[in-house]
Amino acid sequence: MSERTDAAAVGPRYRSRRRRYSGWDAGFHIFNYLIIGLIAFLCIFPFVNTIANAFSSSHAIQSGKVTLWPVDFQLDAMKSVFWDDNVIRSMFVTIYVTVVGTAINMALTILTAYPLSRRDLAGRKYFMNYMIFTMMFGGGLIPSYLLNKELGLLNTLWAIMIPGAISAFNVIIMKSFFQNMPEELRDAALMDGCGNIRYLARIVLPLSGAVMATIGLFYAVGHWNSYMGAVIMIDDPDLYTLQVRLRNILLLSQMDTSLEVMQQQGKLQVIEESLKAATAVFATAPILVVYPFLQKYFVKGSFLGSVKG
Amino acid sequence: MEAQTKKGLALPYDADIGATPSTLRKRIRKNLDLYLCLTPGLVYFFIFCYIPMFGLLIAFKDYNIFQGVLKSPWNHFAYFKEMVHLPDLYKIIRNTLMLNVLGLIFGFPAPIVLAILLNEVRSKYFKRVTQSLLYLPHFMSWVLMGGMIYALLSPKYGIVNQLLQAIGLQPIYFMGENAWWVTVFIGSGIWAGAGWGTIIYLAAMTTLDPHLYESASIDGAGRWKKIIHITLPGIMPTVVVLLILNVGHMVSIGFEQPYALMNPLVMDVADVLSTYIYDLGIRQGGFGLTTAIGLLQSAVNLALVVGANYAANRMGREGIW
Repeated sequence: MSERTDAAAVGPRYRSRRRRYSGWDAGFHIFNYLIIGLIAFLCIFPFVNTIANAFSSSHAIQSGKVTLWPVDFQLDAMKSVFWDDNVIRSMFVTIYVTVVGTAINMALTILTAYPLSRRDLAGRKYFMNYMIFTMMFGGGLIPSYLLNKELGLLNTLWAIMIPGAISAFNVIIMKSFFQNMPEELRDAALMDGCGNIRYLARIVLPLSGAVMATIGLFYAVGHWNSYMGAVIMIDDPDLYTLQVRLRNILLLSQMDTSLEVMQQQGKLQVIEESLKAATAVFATAPILVVYPFLQKYFVKGSFLGSVKG
Repeated sequence: MEAQTKKGLALPYDADIGATPSTLRKRIRKNLDLYLCLTPGLVYFFIFCYIPMFGLLIAFKDYNIFQGVLKSPWNHFAYFKEMVHLPDLYKIIRNTLMLNVLGLIFGFPAPIVLAILLNEVRSKYFKRVTQSLLYLPHFMSWVLMGGMIYALLSPKYGIVNQLLQAIGLQPIYFMGENAWWVTVFIGSGIWAGAGWGTIIYLAAMTTLDPHLYESASIDGAGRWKKIIHITLPGIMPTVVVLLILNVGHMVSIGFEQPYALMNPLVMDVADVLSTYIYDLGIRQGGFGLTTAIGLLQSAVNLALVVGANYAANRMGREGIW
């Protein structure tokens, strides 16, 4: 009896779930689960395969035995990645860029978004348009590059942290979130003699944990994965980021493969497939490790974006 | 004057309209700290967005690093004239448009279909796990994606070619043949984006009234009919807006995906505006010419984005601003 009322309370969807599927519907369901399962598997297979490759012998990889788990298990490839000074240095460069870059992003985004969220800010509309116009039109690559050159940022890590310091898109997301906070909260705080800055620091920010986490994660993943800025702005090998280093290691073999085809022969030295895979796993591990725990924030962020994109 | 100030004081603090000069001053003074907060952001946009726009002037000048943008002499549209005779440029524009149009044709419906399928899944656990897996590629760098694609499709050791050989077919050098390369490019775009793209459609589907589905069931509609007559029409506004916004980006293309996938064998189809400007401008120092190309691209882009947004607003939907 109580189950019935529960079902009614939750709504018709819940009830229809209880109904037995028959004929067409049953067929559709089986087909649906199979197809989604297959797509998800295909989506994830290259990652699983790469991880398996990182721990397999090159011989096993080249004879095509490695699919989902390591064959001829070895740790040498991973060890040599950890012993490679260049890769380790690049890892620290990337960690530095991600941490410092995200801190700059967040500080500037908050400072820009909060005033813009205040309806009583005179000139708010002009400031918004000033910012939104940069989303639609820009100087393009070359003038930006020349500007960085003039400012002396070229070949420094600032060149990959400062030019993208504020994403207008993220400012808009954060601004909408601030705007949805109850006005009464501010009225009460003002009554108690709380200034704007103190209100922002003591009340607004502690209440916006979710949106801060989401936007911070987007900035951080962006820094970790970013390749274009580093390849354009930085020539100094000491400042190569992990992605640049990974690209160089992957590219070696890529060139080999095309050379092989052009020469129609396989005499070139066999590529250390497992070393490539191990570097790829090493460079991606941090994201893979945090992804399952932080996924909900990522998804939340996408929702925030879709509310008022 | 004094009276006006008094009137200003009497106004509620967040009065938005009817600001006389003195109330305006009052409002600015009251929020002086907010303007201080806003300053770094405004300065940032000025330096890193507006100064490069001003730097577009070098498309019209014989730019010389020592003389700077302002003092370099005008060159009477020499770069634009040169551009017309640049044989590669047509190829580059064609490639950019081709990859974008094909990406739209095949990549745009993919998340819609996927979202509909996911929406029919009743097992919460299954849904959550598959969604996690489908979103993952969105968070991977193109360097890694490109590396994995090359490894999987390698003519000798790649698993795809080994499968082909196992069923008695000839191996295919996917990344070395133009048609295959384009296919892989489009496919990799779907791989990276389709799962993530479902989120917005799934969000739209949750707003549909469950009673519609129930009354359809009572009328004897099966899953398929419900998808066609309820789900699809329900998400259509979202589909239209996203489609229009996508059309607005037809002339802009990212740098990292083509750069990660291209190789010397397929430059006839793989070289696009972003990679071309990088190569000719920064690697070879052709600043003026590539700035001129970039200016044209930005102008067309602006027109398309504004047009797309106008169209979206005309359809009675909310555009991007």
